[in-house]
Amino acid sequence: MSGPSTYVPKNAAARWLEQRLPILGFAHDSFVAYPTPKNLNYWWTFGAILSFMLVAQIVTGVVLAMHYTANTNLAFNSVEHIMRDVNWGWMIRYLHANGASMFFLAVYIHIARGLYYGSYKAPREVLWILGVVIFLLMMATAFMGYVLPWGQMSFWGATVITNLFSAIPLVGDAITTWLWGGYSVDNPTLNRFFSLHYLLPFMIAAVVGLHVWALHVVGQNNPAGVDIKDVAKDSVPFTPHATMKDALGISVFLMLFAWFAFFVPNYLGHSDNYIEANPLVTPPHIVPEWYFLPFYAILRAIPSKLGGVIFMFGSIAVLFVLPWLDTSRVRSATYRPLYKIFFWLFILCVICLGWLGSQPPEGGAVLAARILTAYYFIHFLVIMPLLGLFETTKPVPASIADAVLAKQAGQAGAAH
Amino acid sequence: MSNVATTTTMPNSAHPEPTRRDMLYLATGAVAAVGAGALAWPFIAQMNPDASTLALSSTEVDIGAIPEGQIVTIKWRGKPVFIRHRTKKEIEEAVNVDVAKLPDPQPDSARVKKPEWLVVIGVCTHLGCIPLGHQGPYDGWFCPCHGSAYDTSGRIRQGPAPRNLVVPDYAFLTPTKIKVG
Ligand code: HEM
Ligand code: FES
Repeated sequence: MSGPSTYVPKNAAARWLEQRLPILGFAHDSFVAYPTPKNLNYWWTFGAILSFMLVAQIVTGVVLAMHYTANTNLAFNSVEHIMRDVNWGWMIRYLHANGASMFFLAVYIHIARGLYYGSYKAPREVLWILGVVIFLLMMATAFMGYVLPWGQMSFWGATVITNLFSAIPLVGDAITTWLWGGYSVDNPTLNRFFSLHYLLPFMIAAVVGLHVWALHVVGQNNPAGVDIKDVAKDSVPFTPHATMKDALGISVFLMLFAWFAFFVPNYLGHSDNYIEANPLVTPPHIVPEWYFLPFYAILRAIPSKLGGVIFMFGSIAVLFVLPWLDTSRVRSATYRPLYKIFFWLFILCVICLGWLGSQPPEGGAVLAARILTAYYFIHFLVIMPLLGLFETTKPVPASIADAVLAKQAGQAGAAH
Repeated sequence: MSNVATTTTMPNSAHPEPTRRDMLYLATGAVAAVGAGALAWPFIAQMNPDASTLALSSTEVDIGAIPEGQIVTIKWRGKPVFIRHRTKKEIEEAVNVDVAKLPDPQPDSARVKKPEWLVVIGVCTHLGCIPLGHQGPYDGWFCPCHGSAYDTSGRIRQGPAPRNLVVPDYAFLTPTKIKVG
């Protein structure tokens, strides 16, 4: 992307186009010749998996929109119509509904990869921040999508989440009424959510464009956490190396996706969503989709309405400033023995919060959620800054080539 | 070339006082900002409740058939409204409370027009679930979502909800008929 292109048009038509719009050269430099660190592992295939999932959601979504009706009297039945009458409708809907879960699974692994290998550190701050923006847009998209089938969980999930805004002092109620277009979640709400659910994925696609642009300016991080110094020794061209590895990653991921979509299509959903929305009956236990559970647990852990909302949004906002909270000069956890332990504790903390988010808020569950919420923030606000100051790190290899050689030597040694 | 550049930039840097041109820029900018704001407003305001939603804003209910001790739920503005025919015991429980100690202090008398009839919007002031009647430690309502408990006056007593159940505008048209809204 930087410097003159190495692309050489192979025929007259390509040469003609290239002189007018250098798009072939751009694609060649970005996805063929682009130097990728030669030590990348499979955790680096999740970017490609995410891009694939975004396209999959858009394709299945556009098809669903051809058969779906965004009206409170018709929405629930139109989804049943998709399931029973539309040719292949059941498959397309199951792909879309489970696709959302797969999308989040992939994004959580992608974020965890970034946390482990310090991919958010200079000079990748903007790249990281764009990623957090994508994550927020994904959450908004999935939340509004879940409202569309107009089942009980759709309705009550929408009610609870839009009511979060009523916690804002003074203007909260006015904002909530404005979001609803009425005095409760109703037809105007459903209509606007559909409009926005259609729009946001394309905004995600635009931010993904910026994310990849930023990536190609600063270059990819890698398991050693050292930058490419010598292109010939430290890197390999994107195609065929990264292309093939990504293709394998996507294929394996698709097996998991297909298993959910075809064998247990309702496992990740909630059975209450097959009951049509009823504004006069709250289900006994409201839970969001699994991918929101850790944040839901944080919301409920705080015994104050405004406080819960602040902590819930804060738990994501803190990611924006992470590049400045981490004071360590070493990127990769491979060379940070203490951070490695704290990283896994943090992952465990989030998983436990997720489980607590699925439980009724009673007794021990509330206390546990409070302790883990505190730990979540302590991890970012206390442990990350202090660790950089006190941790004794292991020697970092001088280059990617050295890291690869050291690893091969280690494996050869172990084999003897 | 360099001469031209200096002569054209000189006047500005040498005279910091505002010129006629600065004034024009400012005036143009101000008009553009007001115009953009005026245009943005309709795009924001269109999301507020529309005329048809506002038109549905009152409902009449016959309460003659509600026996003592029962709660009836009606729908008003898309939300449930609880009409509770309170028993003697429930009225006493609502009245005999140290108001100052409540999370959202309000005497029962400020929440009812006639002591036997309590009319409240059936939406939990925490995050909007519908509380269940005759349940919870205060005999009023209990919200299953995050565990808020209300008393027989619909006041919040325990849990994350910050305020009492809201009393809507209503009036007795006859002793057995009320108009909500
Ligand atoms: C970022 C990408 C997207 C995500 C994460 C996403 C997520 C979701 C989710 C979670 C549901 C509820 C599924 C269910 O339980 O039935 C849903 C429904 C729906 N989505 Fe999307 N979506 C995305 C993109 C799109 C796009 C681009 C469109 C169309 C233009 C679309 C159209 C629909 C329609 C019509 C429904 C209602 C039918 C149904 O519930 O199956 N979606 N979406
Ligand atoms: S909505 Fe009632 S306690 Fe949260």
